[in-house]
Amino acid sequence: MYDFKYQQANSQDEAVSAQSSAEDGSFLAGGMTLIPTLKQRLAQPSDLVDLSAINDLVGVSEEGDSVTIGSMTTHASVASSEIVNSKIPALAALAGNIGDPQVRNRGTIGGSIANNDPAADYPAGCVALNATIITNTRKISADDFFTGLFETALEDGELITAVTFPIPDRAAYAKFPNPASRYAIVGVMVAQTGGETRAAVTGASDSGVFRSTDIENALGDTLDASAAKAVSISSDGLNNDIHASSEYRAHLVSIMASRAATAAG
Amino acid sequence: MPTVSMTVNGENVSSEVEPRTLLVQYLRENLGLTGTHVGCDTSQCGACVVHVNGKSAKSCTMLAVQAEGSEVSTIEGLADGDTLHPMQEAFRENHGLQCGFCTPGMVMSAIDLVQTNSNPSEQDVREWLEGNLCRCTGYHNIVKSILAGAKTMQG
Ligand SMILES: Cc1cc2nc3c(=O)[nH]c(=O)nc-3n(C[C@H](O)[C@H](O)[C@H](O)COP(=O)(O)OP(=O)(O)OC[C@H]3O[C@@H](n4cnc5c(N)ncnc54)[C@H](O)[C@@H]3O)c2cc1C
Ligand code: FES
Ligand code: FES
Repeated sequence: MYDFKYQQANSQDEAVSAQSSAEDGSFLAGGMTLIPTLKQRLAQPSDLVDLSAINDLVGVSEEGDSVTIGSMTTHASVASSEIVNSKIPALAALAGNIGDPQVRNRGTIGGSIANNDPAADYPAGCVALNATIITNTRKISADDFFTGLFETALEDGELITAVTFPIPDRAAYAKFPNPASRYAIVGVMVAQTGGETRAAVTGASDSGVFRSTDIENALGDTLDASAAKAVSISSDGLNNDIHASSEYRAHLVSIMASRAATAAG
Repeated sequence: MPTVSMTVNGENVSSEVEPRTLLVQYLRENLGLTGTHVGCDTSQCGACVVHVNGKSAKSCTMLAVQAEGSEVSTIEGLADGDTLHPMQEAFRENHGLQCGFCTPGMVMSAIDLVQTNSNPSEQDVREWLEGNLCRCTGYHNIVKSILAGAKTMQG
């Protein structure tokens, strides 16, 4: 690991100003992506600004028709949150199947979506549930937030403070995990909120999470699982690596969509 | 260099460290607690699992400075003199190890499981071990050990 300066911020303002006054500062959340990256010398930030002492970035709350999760809330806390389990059980299940218990004890929702790994689970949850990402300066809809492979709409130094999820009528996530890392080879979140059906796919595309309108049309208002299974997805632009060919991933998209639709009931 | 202070197995420790020092390096190289192992550089094997404020964490994927003010416990802190912790005893009784390299992480992870879920099923144990790899045993006796250890820990 290259050397860097380290600082723990005590408030959102302190974090943002510490990052902006650094030559090349990085926020540090759970470190479950950033530290392995630093260990492999794939990044060389001059400063790490640790967010873990900022209490108002942690926690789950329910307001009206939505649930808001603070950016520093760990995957384990989302998985065990009473609010998330009762209002959006699909999201609790998604968080409870990320990686392994030790990754879930430290990894956070803010870190996961800021990173936008093309095989991460939360991006599919955010897009299918039509979430809003709240930062220190603005609100960004999930549709506009995830812009490509490891790319998001975040400006340099913009801090994610929370994510707001409208409570769906029904939703479920189905993931075909890589047996070693547990990242999604293909994961599909199906959700129906206020009459709108959405299906978001992670793991499959080389440009990250996407909505599949073919799947959405097949699912329709009834979340028809067998119609979703019958959709033929094109393998163009899908990942092709040692874990799965693009044709196999294309096939898995329809299968995972139909499993999610069945689970959503 | 920043100073980091924490308790490790109940004792206060404080040292100057480079910010890039991993918690596992700090435990092994500064404190000589070599029971915590390093088995990979991809955060996947779990040989390095310790507890930070009672929760299992991969000490190879944490900076020592992130543990500032925390309570850290390692495999060395479990036994009471010559009396092994019930989970350690269960691994011995059930032949839950062969070379022993993965064992400290397995035991620390298993104790966190039982603290989270006092009566785990075999399926719960197998799912929980997602982050702990063993190259020797085929897991069968590790699972058996953890189920037995969980029973004794419930008392
Ligand atoms: C073995 C292993 C298995 C895994 N398996 C899965 C899996 O199955 N599914 C999955 O989805 N993920 C998986 N992950 C990744 C895991 O979920 C990470 O926790 C997550 O991707 C990053 O979150 P973090 O809190 O650790 O962020 P960090 O690693 O601390 O940060 C990641 C990036 O986000 C930036 N950042 C962090 N917080 C903020 C914020 N609030 N505002 C703006 N920028 C911010 C950081 O600067 C950094 O660039 C796995 C990781 C490991 C090590
Ligand atoms: S050394 Fe392999 S996970 Fe920590
Ligand atoms: S006993 Fe040898 S690695 Fe597990």
